[in-house]
Amino acid sequence: MSPRLRNIAAIVIFGGFALLPLLAGMLGESFLIVIATRILAFAIAALALDLILGYGGMVSFGHAAYLGIGAYAVAILQRAGITDLGLHLLAAIVAAAPFALVTGAISLRTRGVYFIMITLAFAQMAYFFFVSLSAYGGDDGVTLAARSTLLGEPLLENDRVLFYVTLGLLLAIYLLALRITQSRFGRVLTGTRENPVRMQAIGYSPFRFQLTAYVISGCLAAVAGVMLANQTEFVSPALMNWHRSGELIVMVVLGGIGNLIGAVGGAVIALLLEEFLSRFSEHWPLFFGLILIGVVLASRDGVSGLIRRIGGAK
Amino acid sequence: MTNLLLLQLLNGLQFGVLLFLIAAGLTLVFGIMDFVNLAHGVIYMIGAYLVVTFAGLTGSYGLGLLLTLPATLLIGLVLEFLIFRHLYDRSHLDQVLATFGLVMVITEAVEIIWGAAPLTVSMPEALSGSVPLIGPLRYPVFRLAIIAAGLLTALGLWLVITRTRIGMRLRAGASNRAMLSALGVDVRRLFTVIFAFGAMLAGFAGAMVAPILAVDTGMGESVLILAFVVIVIGGIGSIKGAFAGALLVGVVDTVGRVFGPILLKAVMDPSAAAQAGRTLAPMLVYILMALILAIRPAGLFGQKT
Repeated sequence: MSPRLRNIAAIVIFGGFALLPLLAGMLGESFLIVIATRILAFAIAALALDLILGYGGMVSFGHAAYLGIGAYAVAILQRAGITDLGLHLLAAIVAAAPFALVTGAISLRTRGVYFIMITLAFAQMAYFFFVSLSAYGGDDGVTLAARSTLLGEPLLENDRVLFYVTLGLLLAIYLLALRITQSRFGRVLTGTRENPVRMQAIGYSPFRFQLTAYVISGCLAAVAGVMLANQTEFVSPALMNWHRSGELIVMVVLGGIGNLIGAVGGAVIALLLEEFLSRFSEHWPLFFGLILIGVVLASRDGVSGLIRRIGGAK
Repeated sequence: MTNLLLLQLLNGLQFGVLLFLIAAGLTLVFGIMDFVNLAHGVIYMIGAYLVVTFAGLTGSYGLGLLLTLPATLLIGLVLEFLIFRHLYDRSHLDQVLATFGLVMVITEAVEIIWGAAPLTVSMPEALSGSVPLIGPLRYPVFRLAIIAAGLLTALGLWLVITRTRIGMRLRAGASNRAMLSALGVDVRRLFTVIFAFGAMLAGFAGAMVAPILAVDTGMGESVLILAFVVIVIGGIGSIKGAFAGALLVGVVDTVGRVFGPILLKAVMDPSAAAQAGRTLAPMLVYILMALILAIRPAGLFGQKT
C-alpha cells in the first residue's frame, strides 16, 4: 500500500470512527458505540501485532497473553483501590514489558514454526497462571466494581467518553507505530525480516532490534487489554485463550500485513463479521472458520494477496 | 511418600505415552512438509467422540475402538485431500490461518452433532479393576493398558522407522525433503500417508482416554499445545525426540502438580505454599521448555532450527 493510499485509508477510518457516535445518536442505536469500542480495543492489539508480524516477520501466536496482562492490571489495581486509568495503563505496560522481554528473548532464539509454537506455549503459560489466581476468580474471572477513573472522576462510565478515549489511544498508538516503522529502527527491523544474515554482516544485531520490537508490541497489546477490561467491566482468563491470539493474526492478515492501518481495518472486518454471523447462529465460528479456510485456499498468495487483488492495486 | 511418587510416576508415564501418540504425527508432518497443523488436536477430540458413539452402537468399547481407528484414518485422508494438500508450499502464516479456521469449523461441527454437554463412555468390564503394585498400593488396569498400548505403538513406530523402506524415506524426508524428492520419491504421497497415519494415532489417543476423561470440545486444545511443547523440546521431525519429550512433559506435569506444593511447604508457610504450588504447577512444563530451549534452541534431538 502506497503511503498516500495509506494516509487516505487512515483518514477515512479514523474520521469514520470519530463521527460514529453522531450516527449512533441519530439512529438511536447506542449499542453501536459499545461494539465500536470493542473493535477499537482489538484494533490496538492488532496494530501492535502488525508491528512485529508485518515489519519484523515474527508470527507471534501468543499476543492474547498481553491482552490478559493489561486486563488483569486493571482488575488487580482496582482491588487495591487504585482506579486511575493512567496508572492502569502504566501498570499494564510495566507488567507486559518483562514478560515480553523474557519470553521474547527465548522465542527469538528460534525461527519459523518454532517461533509460532513457542509464543503460543508461553501465552498458554500466562493463561494457566491467571487461571490459578484464585484470589481473582480463577477460571471464572472477576467482575470490575467500576470502570477506571479519569483525573479522579468516573468519566469513563459514559460509553461515549470511553469510546473517544479508546479512539484517542488508538490514534496515538497508530501515529507512534507509524513513526517507529519509518525510523531507522523500523528499517533495520524490516531489513532483518528480509535477510537477517545480511543485516548482521553490515553490523547490526538483529536479535536486539527484534527483541525491542517484540517488547514494544507486547506493551501496546497490554494497552488494548486495559481498554477491553474497561469496555466489558469483566476480566477473565478467557481473554487470553489461544483462539484470541489466532483471531488477532486473522485481523492483521485480513487487513493486509505490514501497513498498520490495515490492522485497524482488519479488526473492523473480523469483529463485524463475527457480530454479523452471531446474529444468524450460535455456531458462528463454523462459518467464520469456513470463510477463513475459503479465503486462504482461494488466494494463491494468501489473504493479503486476495485483498490486494480485490482492491485492484498491483 | 514413595508410594505416592510411584503412583504419580505411572500417571505421568500414562499421560506421556498419550502425548507421544499425538506428537508423533504432528512432528513428522512438521519435519517433512514444514507444515503447521493446528487442527491436529481436534482429531484427538474426534477420536474420543467417535469411540463414544461407536461403543454406544456396538455395545462394546473394544469394538468402538476398532471402528474409531479406520474412521480417523479416513478423516485424515479427507482433510489432506480437501485442505492440507493445497497449503504445502504456502507460508506458515497461511497454514496457521487455514488450520485455525479448521479448528473453529470442526469444534462447532462436533458441538452441533454431539451437543455441548460432556459425554462419557464406560470402561470395558475386563479392564475396569485395579492391580496391586507394592504394599497397599493398587493401580487401575485400564491406565496400565493405556501405558502398554502407547509403548507398543512407540515400539512399532520405531521398528517401522528404523527397519523399513518407508521409514527410511521418512527419515530422509525429515532431514532433506528436496533431496528425497530429487531421488524420485513421491514426497506428496508419502506425506498423505503420514498425515492420515498421524491422524489415526491422534484419534487412537483420544479413543483410549475417553473412558477416563469427560469427552468435551475443549479436550483437544490443551493437548495440542502440550504436543507442541513436546515437539519443541524433542526437536522437530524427530520421533525419538517426540518420545523423550512426551515422557518428560508427562512426568514433569503430573509429578509437579502433586509434589510441587509438598516441596514448597518445606520452605514456605503452608497456605502460601499451596497457592504458589497451584500457580506454578501448570506452568512447570513451559518453564522446562524455556530452560531446554535456552540451552538447545533446536530441542533435544533437533537438527535444524
